[in-house]
Amino acid sequence: MMAPPPLGLIAELTHRCPLSCPYCSNPLELERASAELDTETWRRVLDQAAAIGILQIHFTGGEPLVRRDLPELVRHASALGLYTNIITSGVTLDDRAMAALTSAGVDHIQLSFQDSDAAGNDMIGDSRGAFAKKQAAAARIRQAGLPLTVNFVVHRENVARVPQMIDMAEALHAERTEIAHVQYYGWGLVNRAALLPTRAQLEAATEAVEAARLRLAGRMVIDYVVPDYHAARPKACMGGWAQRFINISPSGRAMPCHAAETLPGFVFPSVRETTLSDIWHNADAFLRFRGTAWMREPCRSCDRREIDWGGCRCQAFALLGDLTATDPACELSPDHGVMQAAVHQAGPGAYVFRRIEKARVT
Amino acid sequence: MTADTLASPVPTLGRGHKFRFDQVRGAWVILGPERMFVPDEHAVEVLKLIDGTRSVDAIAADLAARFAAPVEEIRADVQAMLADLASRGAVKL
Repeated sequence: MMAPPPLGLIAELTHRCPLSCPYCSNPLELERASAELDTETWRRVLDQAAAIGILQIHFTGGEPLVRRDLPELVRHASALGLYTNIITSGVTLDDRAMAALTSAGVDHIQLSFQDSDAAGNDMIGDSRGAFAKKQAAAARIRQAGLPLTVNFVVHRENVARVPQMIDMAEALHAERTEIAHVQYYGWGLVNRAALLPTRAQLEAATEAVEAARLRLAGRMVIDYVVPDYHAARPKACMGGWAQRFINISPSGRAMPCHAAETLPGFVFPSVRETTLSDIWHNADAFLRFRGTAWMREPCRSCDRREIDWGGCRCQAFALLGDLTATDPACELSPDHGVMQAAVHQAGPGAYVFRRIEKARVT
Repeated sequence: MTADTLASPVPTLGRGHKFRFDQVRGAWVILGPERMFVPDEHAVEVLKLIDGTRSVDAIAADLAARFAAPVEEIRADVQAMLADLASRGAVKL
């Protein structure tokens, strides 16, 4: 049976970034500029994406604005009828960049903030002055008449300020706010002890989000992503393995999610060598965990197997060393205790900031 | 024009939302910021009439005439459908 077409393409144009957040979702081994796909190859990938039924392109990184060809790629995608989204830190979104993206036809911009105040924001990104530049970027996006999503990644040190974050998004007239708890992969896993919130912190944040949703109904959409260390059931990671998304790394490797490179025993196909159609329908890396046939118990007979799809393969491997195990975030997993143990070990501590050199895990 | 007609809101797509036909799926879709909706066939007929000038009443009247259905009933359906899309940001009323 042919798989339904993918909905979205996550185009990681580069791993380069002016910020150094210690929960960065990029891999610990960052790809260098010299390994990045060129403009022509990206144009070809976009053509193939439209042809197989992809509807939305998420240009991300690293910081996608460090690629000078970003406006050209947006223009190309837009001409193909693809919905174009840029996920940016905003620190380099000056007047010139904004004008180029607007004229290229960008549909939506997601702008990240690391906190609701300059001190917290600039500390976690390890970049002095970033907060002021982000505020200016938000104003430019508004002035251009584009829809704006403001994104906050939250963790132990800033989670108490969720109400102020939402107030800030409201003051910036954002249509949409994302309050996203850190996900513990790669850099986030390295820094887990210092970042993981307590259950009380999580509950307070959730209450603040629910209250704000009521207050702002019809004016601002708030999307909320929880950390699964306090959960009873796992998240449906990526909406299920290879069911909705194709993620392309800066050097052109195609994966079902951005963290999949952490899994052993996979060969991820390159868009330099094959087509997106071939990748989506035939690549072992995409077929291996698609659907439910690969599952063991307790997933195999679970009535939620097509709701959460066994949770996250990367988390099962990272925490249990077994990529076919039930995600330990599920309380039905015999290994669920590892999540509680991590919660107990968490507490204030120093961060390992994201650097282009490989992180030393201590 | 009656006062009632004047009061009827004119719906538009929410900022950043696009309504288009997808050839690959053979279906109409609404695309928005990091989201998409596949509207059902009734919603598709309503969405096709959203042009920034037609009011909810005008849309209901058009559909009632086309499908030979009571206008009050159609208006209630159209209002409920648009209110749902509005709560998700896809439509502005």
